Amino acid sequence: MLELKNISFEVEDEKEILKNINLKIDTGKFIVITGPNGGGKSTLARVIAGIQKPTEGQIFFEGQDITHADITQRAQMGISFAFQQPVRFKGLTVFDLISTAAGRDLNQTEACKYLSEVGLCARDYINRELNASLSGGEIKRIEIASVLARGTKLSIFDEPEAGIDLWSFKNLIDVFKKMYAAINGTIIIISHQERILKIADEIIVLADGNIISHGCRDEILPRLLSGTDKVDFCPYQKLED
Amino acid sequence: MDQQTQEQIAKTLLKDVSDIDGVPQAAYNIRENSTCAGRMSTETIKIESKTDKSGIDIIVAPGTVQDKVYIPALVTCSGVHDLVYNDFYIGENADVTIIAGCGVNTDGCDGSEHNGIHRFFLKPGAKVLYIEKHIGMGDGSGKRVINPETYVEMEEGSTMEMDTTQIKGVDSTKRTCTGIVGPDCTLIVKEKIMTHGQQSAETSFKVDLNGENSSCTLSSRSVARGHSHQRFLSEINGNAKCAGHSECDAIIMDHGVVSAIPRITANHLDAALIHEAAIGKIAGDQIIKLRTFGLTEKEAESKIIDGFMR
Ligand SMILES: Nc1ncnc2c1ncn2[C@@H]1O[C@H](COP(=O)(O)OP(=O)(O)O)[C@@H](O)[C@H]1O
Ligand SMILES: [Mg+2]
Repeated sequence: MLELKNISFEVEDEKEILKNINLKIDTGKFIVITGPNGGGKSTLARVIAGIQKPTEGQIFFEGQDITHADITQRAQMGISFAFQQPVRFKGLTVFDLISTAAGRDLNQTEACKYLSEVGLCARDYINRELNASLSGGEIKRIEIASVLARGTKLSIFDEPEAGIDLWSFKNLIDVFKKMYAAINGTIIIISHQERILKIADEIIVLADGNIISHGCRDEILPRLLSGTDKVDFCPYQKLED
Repeated sequence: MDQQTQEQIAKTLLKDVSDIDGVPQAAYNIRENSTCAGRMSTETIKIESKTDKSGIDIIVAPGTVQDKVYIPALVTCSGVHDLVYNDFYIGENADVTIIAGCGVNTDGCDGSEHNGIHRFFLKPGAKVLYIEKHIGMGDGSGKRVINPETYVEMEEGSTMEMDTTQIKGVDSTKRTCTGIVGPDCTLIVKEKIMTHGQQSAETSFKVDLNGENSSCTLSSRSVARGHSHQRFLSEINGNAKCAGHSECDAIIMDHGVVSAIPRITANHLDAALIHEAAIGKIAGDQIIKLRTFGLTEKEAESKIIDGFMR
């Protein structure tokens, strides 16, 4: 459903953030992308969502060449993207965000349902402003809820676990499992968490702008855990706040 | 302009500035083109014409419980230069909501102007919520000008919140607001302004925090588009143990210009005063986020502005 052909992303000084990436993702798969900080994971996600234009290569989505489609067009075709660092808005409420994401006039009950799914007590949050008063963990969950509300063919989550406490994290795994079962779509999660890696169909390891391995979980995960894949990366790393 | 259009304009303006549809179920005074177009006093709220100049006295009885009074002012045609003095006397422990508002419509090349001077005298323990909306309407090239002036004197333990909004159609506005704040009093002023085209808006707050444990919050949220100009001046003088906060949050678009000029003076060791100002265009990542929901850039922009100005 998604194919990247020879994708490179270069910034000034000829620094290559992504180096000739070739990648094919099949419909309905649950993919986890992992790898060291600075490896290019977020950049890859932004290139797929259309936020950054690759300097070379082509992107296909459901057989269509979307290399020149902009963010809005890709979103309308069915690509969703939960940011690593969610955006705050003065004046817009959580309800505004969720219903804008859903693309239709939700009632409060419907919007609350998405918030409850990510472990937020909906009534307390629905009318909150998306301003600096929300904690990092809260805004991350709202970000995930907005992608749930969209329910598109492809959903990309950039480090959804970041800022979420261990207690809630267990539920988050269930959120993704449930979502995967419910939406019948393809999910790409960028994550360092072993528990997320464990529910993947396929794992992609991205380091220094290259895909250093890509395969099914049972093939890749043991290598990551035993350190065969020599990336500077520890899957047991503590959840950061 | 015929009688019927005139009435229709008055009705629309009235609805827009004060949410009145028909006759309000509370005390009211409607001013239209410098004359009184309707008035009702109640048991607790008396409205009387001034004898020495144009305007009214609004007297709220002590102990009034959660009452309302509407005092909209309308200018429905070109060439009107309205000047009005309204004084509010709020009795001890009275709790009242004042819905003011002004609509100016011009359809010719002559400008129209409304200058309202509102003074508030709050007795101890009084509680006032003052809501004011300003709009300009009509296709005339004549300038629509609204210059509101407010003066608030607060006695011990009283609170006042002023919410003012000017979203569209007013070509020029100069707002001044003066507060004399007594002990244990809280003054909150929130304004929202959006300017377009060649419009200009200036706000000037001056608050003297004179009483012990007095506090004030002056906040302005604004959007300047087109070639419009805005100036936000806020002066807070802390003359006792008090807390003062002024903030200006502005979005500029196109060639809009906004300046925020704070002046906070602590004349007392226990005066705590803060000023914050943030001026800039819409953050790029906000637009990007909404576009990932399928909105176009324009749609994203107006969603952000609508939220910001709500
Ligand atoms: N637009 C850009 N200009 C310059 N450097 C960039 C740009 N975007 C990303 N980078 C750099 O590319 C590297 C990869 O970043 P990123 O994709 O965020 O990595 P990851 O998400 O894997 O941690 C980082 O070193 C980052 O600083
Ligand atoms: Mg990243």
